[in-house]
Parts: sequence; C-alpha cells; structure tokens
Amino acid sequence: MFSAFKTLVGRDLLLAMRRRSDLFTTLFFFVIVVSLFPLGIGPELNTLRLIAPGVFWVAALLASMLALERLFAIDYEDGALEQMLLAPQPLFILVLAKVTAHWLVTGLPLVLMAPLLGLQYDMATDALMAMVISLLLGTPALSLIGAIGAALTLGLRGGGVLVSLLVLPLYIPVLIFGSGAVEATASGLGGQGHLSMLGAILVLSLLFAPIASSAALRISAE
Amino acid sequence: MLEVSGLACVRGDRKLFSDLSFSLAGGELLHLHGHNGSGKTTLMRTLCGLIKESEGEIHWNGESIHSLDEDFTRDVVYIGHKNGIKDDLTGVENLRVCTALDGYPITESQAWDALEKMGLRGHEDLPSRVLSQGQKRRVALARLLVNRAKLWILDEPFTALDVAAVDFLQSIIRSHIEAGGMVILTTHQEVKITKEQVKELQLGWKEAGHV
Repeated sequence: MFSAFKTLVGRDLLLAMRRRSDLFTTLFFFVIVVSLFPLGIGPELNTLRLIAPGVFWVAALLASMLALERLFAIDYEDGALEQMLLAPQPLFILVLAKVTAHWLVTGLPLVLMAPLLGLQYDMATDALMAMVISLLLGTPALSLIGAIGAALTLGLRGGGVLVSLLVLPLYIPVLIFGSGAVEATASGLGGQGHLSMLGAILVLSLLFAPIASSAALRISAE
Repeated sequence: MLEVSGLACVRGDRKLFSDLSFSLAGGELLHLHGHNGSGKTTLMRTLCGLIKESEGEIHWNGESIHSLDEDFTRDVVYIGHKNGIKDDLTGVENLRVCTALDGYPITESQAWDALEKMGLRGHEDLPSRVLSQGQKRRVALARLLVNRAKLWILDEPFTALDVAAVDFLQSIIRSHIEAGGMVILTTHQEVKITKEQVKELQLGWKEAGHV
C-alpha cells in the first residue's frame, strides 16, 4: 500500500519534471497576480499592508483552481485512471498520492515564493511568517478539496468552469482563516486561533476528501 | 472460476444485453463476438468491475467481485482500448509503474527483458510519445509477460499490431491458457488455439454477415 503511494507520487513528480511548463504556469500566475496589485495601487504602504493577506490568499485560491483541471484529466484520457481503479490498492491511497504530488508541484512553490513577494507589500517579519505557515497549512487543504471537484467534473464538457463553481464556495473557510491568521498577526492579536482552525480544516479534508474523490472517480469512469 | 448469472447492462436508456449467464474455468478462453455497438466493451468493463452491473451477479471463486474488491482486482489484468501508459515516461518506467501498482514490483532488468521480448529492443528508454501506435500497444501488452494475474481481460488486443506481434501475443495467450489461466477477449481475428479450450459468446441482435 505504501509502496503504491510512493510509486504514484514518484511517477507524477517525474511527469511534472518532464513537463516543466505545467509546473511553472501556476507559480507564475501567482507571482503575476500578486505583483499586479502594488503596481495598480501605487506605493501607498499602509494600503498595501492592509490588503496583502487578502490578495495573497485570493491569488493562491485562483492559482490552485487553475491547476486542478490537470489533476485527473490526463490520466483519464490516456487510460491510466482505469488502471488505477483496477489496481489492487485502496483507491483513496492512490488519490491521496495524486493530490500529494499535485500539491508538491503546484502548492509548495507558492508557499516558498510568498515571503519574497511579501516584500512588495512591506509586510513585517512576523506577518510574513504567519503568511507562510497559513499557506503551508491551507494550500494542501485547497488541493484536497479541489480534488473532489476535479473528480466530479471529469470527462464533462466545460468541466473547467464547472469545477470553479463547485469548488470556490468550498474554499471560503480556508480563505477566511488563512487571511485572518495573517491579519491577526499583523495587528498584534496573534494568529494561533486562525492557524489552529486551518490545521483542523486540513486534517478534516485529509480524512474525507480522498474518500469522496474516490467515489466521484468511480462514477466518472463508468 | 468466474461465474456470471443473469447479467444485464443498461447504458443510458438502452439495454445492451440482459439475462447473460456463463462461466469460465481455469484453462479456458472466452471469445466474445458481436457487431459494433453490441456491448462487448461494456461487458468486459462490467466483468472487471469498472461498470456496475444493472442486474445479475458476477462471482469470482464463489464470491461476489464487489465484496472481494482488492482480492479480485489482484487476479485480473484488463487492457482496454486505451493503453494506460504515460506519454512522457519511457517504456521501462511505464512498465515498472504499472507492475508496482498491480502489487508485484519488478526490477529494471526484468522490465528491459519483457520489453525486449515484446520486440521493443532499442526503444526501451525512449519516451512513449515518440513511439508508434503499435509500439505503444506493445508496451501496454508487455504487462502480460510479467503479470501473475489469473484472469486476462483483453479488449481488441491485436489492434495496431503487426503480423509478427499478433503471432507472439497469441502464443502468450496460449501459454497462459495452458498454465491454467483464463482469458476473455474480443477480436475480429481468428484465435489460433485448440478448439476445446475456447468458449464463444455472441452478443447483439444482428445476424453474422449483416452490416
């Protein structure tokens, strides 16, 4: 079971390395969206500090959305998904492996890039720390929740738009607690409460999202 | 031992087949016949559990395939119209990933051997996207050489293969049958195998020879 998990994560990382364009689109999308705001608003540091948490989190949400489409679609088209469904392994483990690889490729780079981008917003060090921790807890949850939507809309025409409508409302709690954590830290209240909630969301989605996605995949593959 | 009783399958509003019963024991091959659209692929996907049957039951060694779940899928290998190989991986990588997911990892040299036997010498470490249709098919079919599954479900395995590869695949199928395995396949070609071991099943409503 664990070796199947490792194999699938390894395979998807290898595929991502061979197709680096996919890897960088999400990251560059995030970088550009986040960088557009200081350019548009101008060097008004107080305003920038105020909007930074919201901008970062909305950009992370949209970037994660953008990458969702490819999560299962390619496997579905080339038949690898069929073989996953027929593999003598628990399907939720395989789904978890796909999501893990997907997060490592599309989520983790955003987290690592965030402190650098935060400099444009004149964010304080503790706020930057809170941003990184909140993104580290929040983006895996986004990938997990998004996997349900991606599995449900597999093989549908116009699935890309539908998946946004399905998944974005589910992202709202992550957005609220994620940007809340950064705001609370910046205003000196301490973001522990928000971060704990984010952690709870992550644990819940770790438990339920792979099972829900597996069920959705079985239906989509019929 | 695969037993099917009273199987029916509805796709959309259309009933493809109903009240289908047969059994398949070790050392037997089931050759599915039927015109285009008669439900051969649907039947195969139902038998391996990808599609839920509308009515009827499928038993593997006396137990329902849905309650057996992983114990059933471990015994089955299904190769459908889609090869299930990744275009950006080499043949060796594809084969090793497939077998690892199937639960019996093979070493790199075993993978090289299997691909060489499949007639892919010199192409083992090329990304599959540069291979021809027939060569991709060979990569997918190389799984059969290293597989320990008892039941092979092969949907049109001979498409895109050249004459030599068809002969080789037939010999693999023959030796699998002789070793006590089971094969279910659809093909519009003649299967060169002893008649006693072959069961035939006709699907569809059109008579043979009519378009």
